[in-house]
Amino acid sequence: MRFSRKSLGIPYAVFLVIFVAAPLLVLFYYAFTNGQGQFTLRNFTHFFTDPNTLGTLYYSFTIALVTTLVCLLLAYPVAYFLATSGLRSQSVILMLFVMPMWINFSLRITALKEILNLLEGNLAMHPFLNAVVGMTYDFMPFMILPIYTTISRLDGALCEAAMDLGADSLQTFLRVTLPLSVPGILSGVSMVFLPAMTNYVVLDMLYNSTYIMGSLIGSYFAAYNWHGGSMISLILLAMICIFTLLTGGEEDEPGRGGALL
Amino acid sequence: MQNKDTIIELKGISKIFEDDGFKAVDNFNLEVKRGEFVTFLGPSGCGKTTTLRMIAGFDVPTEGDILLNGKSLIGLPPYKRPINTVFQRYALFPHMNVYDNIAFGLRQNKTPKDVIGRKVGRVLELVDLEGFEHRKIQTLSGGQQQRIAIARALVNEPEILLLDEPLGALDLKMRKEMQLELKDMHDKLGITFIYVTHDQEEALTMSDKIVVMSEGRTQQIGTPEDIYNEPANAFVADFIGESNIFNGMMTGHLKARFCGGEFVCVDDFEEGTHITAVVRPEDVEIVAPGAGTINGIVDSVIFKGIHYEITVLSGKNEIVIQTVHNARVGDHVGLRVDPENIHIMLAEDHTNLFFADVNRDFRLEYNGHHIDTSLTRIIKGSKRKEDGTVVDGNGDILEPDRVRILVSIQPDDIEMTDDQDAGLIQGTISNLIYKGDHYSYIIHTELEQDFVVDDEYLWNMGDRVSLLMPVDKMTFTLKRK
Amino acid sequence: MWKICRRLFLILVLLFLYLPILILAVYSFTESTNIGAIRGFSMKNYVTLFTTPELTGMIAGTVTLALGAAAIATVLGTIGAIGAFYSRKRASGFITTLNQIPVINADVVTGFSICVLLVVALHISKDSYIPLVAGHVTLCAPFVFLSVMPRIQQMDPSIYEAALDLGATPFKALTEVLIPQIIPGIVSGFALAVTLSLDDYFIATYTKPATFDTISTYVVNATKGAQTTIKTALWALSTVIFLIVVLIVLVTNIRSLHRENREGGRRAEHLS
Repeated sequence: MRFSRKSLGIPYAVFLVIFVAAPLLVLFYYAFTNGQGQFTLRNFTHFFTDPNTLGTLYYSFTIALVTTLVCLLLAYPVAYFLATSGLRSQSVILMLFVMPMWINFSLRITALKEILNLLEGNLAMHPFLNAVVGMTYDFMPFMILPIYTTISRLDGALCEAAMDLGADSLQTFLRVTLPLSVPGILSGVSMVFLPAMTNYVVLDMLYNSTYIMGSLIGSYFAAYNWHGGSMISLILLAMICIFTLLTGGEEDEPGRGGALL
Repeated sequence: MQNKDTIIELKGISKIFEDDGFKAVDNFNLEVKRGEFVTFLGPSGCGKTTTLRMIAGFDVPTEGDILLNGKSLIGLPPYKRPINTVFQRYALFPHMNVYDNIAFGLRQNKTPKDVIGRKVGRVLELVDLEGFEHRKIQTLSGGQQQRIAIARALVNEPEILLLDEPLGALDLKMRKEMQLELKDMHDKLGITFIYVTHDQEEALTMSDKIVVMSEGRTQQIGTPEDIYNEPANAFVADFIGESNIFNGMMTGHLKARFCGGEFVCVDDFEEGTHITAVVRPEDVEIVAPGAGTINGIVDSVIFKGIHYEITVLSGKNEIVIQTVHNARVGDHVGLRVDPENIHIMLAEDHTNLFFADVNRDFRLEYNGHHIDTSLTRIIKGSKRKEDGTVVDGNGDILEPDRVRILVSIQPDDIEMTDDQDAGLIQGTISNLIYKGDHYSYIIHTELEQDFVVDDEYLWNMGDRVSLLMPVDKMTFTLKRK
Repeated sequence: MWKICRRLFLILVLLFLYLPILILAVYSFTESTNIGAIRGFSMKNYVTLFTTPELTGMIAGTVTLALGAAAIATVLGTIGAIGAFYSRKRASGFITTLNQIPVINADVVTGFSICVLLVVALHISKDSYIPLVAGHVTLCAPFVFLSVMPRIQQMDPSIYEAALDLGATPFKALTEVLIPQIIPGIVSGFALAVTLSLDDYFIATYTKPATFDTISTYVVNATKGAQTTIKTALWALSTVIFLIVVLIVLVTNIRSLHRENREGGRRAEHLS
């Protein structure tokens, strides 16, 4: 057979089937079977009836929501001020906000832990606060970047047109800039909200004994309970899918990838 | 037995694209002589580029054979064909300098270094860019890039050089210059050129032979003079130069009725034959009312520098005239055409042609009726942009006032009915011929046009009928005014 | 006034992001075992960092894994993007959709699912490193794909055909013409893959051999333990990584600034 460009797609397609599609199918199998390989809905009903797991779901929603809000409240002004500053060194300053993404998160959280330790004395006293602070610290660059990109691509003439038509700067912001930066906000929100529900290691490192959704998978893993873990994974996956559809599906830039300018 | 002079022969080539079933080329036949300059001419989407790509080897014909010096090229990949292409947007390799671009082909067949150096130098001289060897592609102007693209193809000494609208991206002045230079190069090198363009003037200026194409089919093959003076059909007449085209009927020996009058002509066909009459705008004379064959009222006058372009309305027909004499809008005038300036063609396939207008909503209108389709559906590659304008496949804006649509429909696709309001247009049956299993009718319409309709049932001469024309049976061609 | 407020806000957020790292950096050069009281300058932590086999082994392992997984992911993602681009709509749609899953999925789920398939269902030993490498390649390859794809889309399709037309075989046209055109996409895809692998915790946790540690898994476990020499040596590691990142950012930025200047100059020359 003659070499053709199309056939180059085959190895990658095979790779994706084996390492992306097949693992998800196996999750399905494990989620709906028990240790003897028999079909069961127990894992499913257990999650939605056990007050502990439901509490975890509620708690991780709350943490994710608060974290996302805090990130947004800090990141939006940063992105807005930076994009509209007209500074010549804009890209350099942006780099400062993005650079933490490239430093290993565990080391950054270690640093944060030392500071919080100094301020609070006993970290275990403020689990919720620490979780939000830790995640905000970890995820904020992911919120700044997409918002900054959206705002800086806005046509400056739009704001001038609004002013020309009699809007003051506040009205211009509320009725032109803010609505037009929604895509950036959505993309940032999806990049913070989802990890905030799953990235339990941030909590672990801050001596936090509270559980979020990701921690459930961790504890099932530690207990070799593949069936329970698979069910939690599926539930998370379903939530991620719904969330992604709600926030506008595929982003035009590869999320985490946007970090590399 | 094949002619020794023939370098390439296309035999019954058809191309159907698998993904959308689009038939781009339909039974294309052509013989090209060694050293000829052949041009494929036609509107965008007519299949000319696809045909070129099949010769180059990028597309494989669904049917038919391509013979180079008598040997089939089918199955031979592009890199094994002694044919080189100059691409529409040059396709120079941006990561290589001028020298490496030109040397690319020679290196593929392991030409010794010193030979490469000599050949590159010579071909750069040919395109007037001596000393450009080490320039980066990005630092060259459009015209210079074009020359490098030509040099890169010519250095391989191909048997045939294919040029796919090579001057399309250049400005007008540059284009004129390059036309002459290309023609010059062709004469000097003696290589066979196959050239693709949608610009009729370019085709007429440069070619030894022109192949006019439309909707995948060859419309006419001939020298530039043949094609201008003796267009084979209404499409060619309309596409090459400007023309007034009318459907009509022979009414006697050397007499034809069209455009609401009976004209004397020099082409003889049997009485009652459905014909197409072509009159070039420069051949229409304006005379005093009543002194010509038909009368009309001046509808518009545009000064074009060398001449005036005057539109006269005669009944419902529009006649375009080019003359050095001015006229006033609203004048009553007579129109006359010399018999030898009327080109009468047998409407050989009896295809009915008429012009539809485009209204503000980009919908088609004819005789005050809507045709249920829109511009974007009938023009390949066109789309409606967010700001409400419609652009064609090349991204040029289409303005409703500036374009017309030539609609063609086959006689057996039209149906006649007594219900006068049901059809797109009404008329009376002015001729009928029994064709063995059906009757062929000529309907003279209110817009002074003749339609040919095939029907199994017998109608009578003088019957008033309305014509039903299904949209899915129509084909559309864009015309700019 | 407003302008000063804006600047102040930016500075405060930057302080929030950098203060912990900077404070740790200062303390890494002291004898202190806790933040608070500074106790004399010392390079002790750096000595520990670079002489303890456990630490140097862990760092070397992390870097090797990142470079190896990124290299495999770059090859896979690049040829995948080329193949998908030139495939029929359905095939390329299939690849693009599957490619999107690891991108939007939570790393916990990706890691766990790969562990369940390879380790639990197929009984591949974690000690073979296969699950770990497979996991990291799965994490990285989709991002390489996404970074290469736009480059191919922007390319003039006739460039590849021009190479064939001039006598290059499809393979040569690919290596000599197509791939050089998309090099920038491949390079940034590779860099992205390296950073993703370096930063990963979850996939490594679920797929790594018990005796192997990446920086992330090691640090997370170390914070749970109480060994102070290791703890303070990690402060030094944090400082070193911070400096390396700063250095890379400086170098790449200076290079791109330089390039912009040069191109600007050329444009001016062109105009004159």
